[in-house]
Amino acid sequence: MLEKGATAPDFELNATPDQKIKLKDFLGKNVILAFYPADWSPVCSDQMALYNEMLKYFTKHDAQIFGISVDSVWCHLAFEKDRSLHFPLLADFEPKGAVSKAYGVYDDEVGECKRALFVIDKKGKVAWSYLSPTAVNPGADGILDALEELDKK
Amino acid sequence: MSTLKPEISNQDHIQGADSAAISIVEFGDYQCPHCGDAHPIMKEIEDVFGSQIKFVFRNFPLQSSHELALPAAIAAEAAAMQGKFWEMHDALFENQYRLSEALFDELAETIDLDLDKFQKDSLLKELTEKIENDFESGVRSGVNGTPSFYVNGTKFDGGATDLYQMLKESAE
Repeated sequence: MLEKGATAPDFELNATPDQKIKLKDFLGKNVILAFYPADWSPVCSDQMALYNEMLKYFTKHDAQIFGISVDSVWCHLAFEKDRSLHFPLLADFEPKGAVSKAYGVYDDEVGECKRALFVIDKKGKVAWSYLSPTAVNPGADGILDALEELDKK
Repeated sequence: MSTLKPEISNQDHIQGADSAAISIVEFGDYQCPHCGDAHPIMKEIEDVFGSQIKFVFRNFPLQSSHELALPAAIAAEAAAMQGKFWEMHDALFENQYRLSEALFDELAETIDLDLDKFQKDSLLKELTEKIENDFESGVRSGVNGTPSFYVNGTKFDGGATDLYQMLKESAE
């Protein structure tokens, strides 16, 4: 898993069938990456619902959040709609899990991302990372602490 | 280990004796079914452990998932302006199965609130701010879903039933 100080590997992933998100386009902004195992499973859903409520706090710290799993764009779209999520979910779908692997958070046995959080600073460096037990929703306090540290710089 | 931030203060709704050895803080959402399920268990915990326990409720409305979570939290805070936070708190959970905008006035009448004052207070900005402060305190404290419990300031890893079990075991 990539640790503090590492350069965040660039990626280009679909957020919708016709919209791609490139990490490097977000240089100059803080970025939060929330890798999670799957759409629809109960723990992740709570986790994404929590981040949905947190968007204004993230905006305050000039941060954009992306959820990432190996689910397809169509699955993400249905999930976003069902849960009224107001931030992009990215599909690490083809080649499967490539971005998760680049960040060192792919679980080969089950073929899903592990539950992991990254805060990437405005220069594209990992400022904080956290691997959560798969069954546990990691909350948002660690993200906020990391963003506050970045604000101090 | 996640800890409660900020600590319990006079800004909180507190039930039970100040001198109680055990403090329990719940972060909850009046429209969350798991919080609804936890409510009778919390009542039982308060009954069984009586003066040993101090119980605090902080609002953690998941507004995008639950459209009535914030209005319900406001109703409880507006009742608090008339000293009846816990009466409204209980009534909201007991009637969670039929939660609606129209229910708040009905419950206000049931618990003998001055309805005019209740309706006016419900519009106060301070109430929404109080709820937002509760929410932010939850996020700071590592709340990762509702309900989340803190026992003596430390996050408890489990639901209301687990909490009850833990208290019973530690009382033995």
